[in-house]
Amino acid sequence: MITKRIIPCLDVRNGRVVKGVNFLGLSDVSSPISLAKYYSDSGADELVFYDITASFEERALFTDILCEVARTIFIPLTVGGGINTLDDFDRVLKCGADKVSVNSGALRNPSLIYEAARRYGDQCVVLSVDAKRVDGSFRVFAKGGREDTGLDAIEWIKNGVASGAGEIVLNSIDTDGVKQGFDLEMLDAVCSAVNVPVIASGGAGRKEDFVTLFNSIPKVDAGLAASIFHFGEVEIKDLKQTLRSNGINVRV
Amino acid sequence: MTAIVDYGVGNLFSLASSFGYIGEQAKLTSDAEEIRASDRIILPGVGAFADAAKKLEESGLAAVVCSEARAGKPLLGICLGMQMLFERSCEYGEHKGLGLIKGSVKPMRDVIPAELKIPQIGWNALKFHGEKSPLFKYINEGDFVYFVHSYYGADCEDSLIATAEYGADITAAVASGNVYGTQFHPEKSGEVGLSILRAFCEIGGRE
Repeated sequence: MITKRIIPCLDVRNGRVVKGVNFLGLSDVSSPISLAKYYSDSGADELVFYDITASFEERALFTDILCEVARTIFIPLTVGGGINTLDDFDRVLKCGADKVSVNSGALRNPSLIYEAARRYGDQCVVLSVDAKRVDGSFRVFAKGGREDTGLDAIEWIKNGVASGAGEIVLNSIDTDGVKQGFDLEMLDAVCSAVNVPVIASGGAGRKEDFVTLFNSIPKVDAGLAASIFHFGEVEIKDLKQTLRSNGINVRV
Repeated sequence: MTAIVDYGVGNLFSLASSFGYIGEQAKLTSDAEEIRASDRIILPGVGAFADAAKKLEESGLAAVVCSEARAGKPLLGICLGMQMLFERSCEYGEHKGLGLIKGSVKPMRDVIPAELKIPQIGWNALKFHGEKSPLFKYINEGDFVYFVHSYYGADCEDSLIATAEYGADITAAVASGNVYGTQFHPEKSGEVGLSILRAFCEIGGRE
């Protein structure tokens, strides 16, 4: 049977890996290439690279780094950040990305999902959603979690899947950076609404949070985290052993 | 030299890089002469069967790949490239394949429980069938490889060399003489995948 996936996320700016707490106060951690290699060797099932850049020059640096990663690491790579057009898909796919994650680009232009899925296949298009509770419902936020779009997250995700998104990354702003566990309530709502893989993001603080995630919501396919892996608070090898001893099917 | 057939579908960067990484010479090519001059052939592929089969046919490379394979040159089809080795596919209508492997390509939906997601995306364990294939020389049963697919190779009979369990035993790899195919992506399956490519490069062609 297919395994549950553990996915470290590398936010890249200026050629370096950064990680925000509640998206603010970025701090430099390490080199994307050495970190990617380290993760791959320790059993990461996939890597996500988020390009947090502002300028054209930085973007070129990002694609150079991506090519370098894809030349040395042979597990699936997902790229997100600054993906607004089909040309952006093309740019990162040519550098060895397997999947491309859209967030703000899809909010600005929802037909991007459909067009990209038609050209590259559903399996290539990941819809990443930053969501937060507002007045008793889950709301989609834009601009790295700063702006309430007014969209209902469940409806947005359903529409995204209907347009061809092959996977969902659900990042709960409410639990992100807090390290008290994933947002099980929000994940459950999303998993009940769609039948494509759902990747949980935001809130992991320790190994047990992943055990709780996969045991409470069997439909969740993967857990994604950044800082707990970067700072060695959770070792992926160790995490997978813990998952396995709790009866969760993982690749070890 | 390994010829990676470039017929305009999919992203071959990782595949080409993986050969570089294991120290094997490989070249992306759409040139018939280069394919004929190669020691072995990789047939990649992603996307829809009909579209890819049409591109391969129109490029004139389908005939080259078939004649080289029939003459004994090792050939490895990957993902949709594997599916194209079959006699036919039922993906959106019926389409003719290269006919190098017995069987046909069918939707997984028909054979797996409704609650399982399609496509199958992720890592799954290999179960070997029949005598251990030379392709698996450096790996073990139970090793994990990476899959992304919605259709599978059905009725492959003796050509079946590995399956992976996804609600049913789904064809993971096939072989018939010098012709091999993997549904999974060896270039995305970490060390296990690289070991499969290494083993393929050691398989002898025509003597």
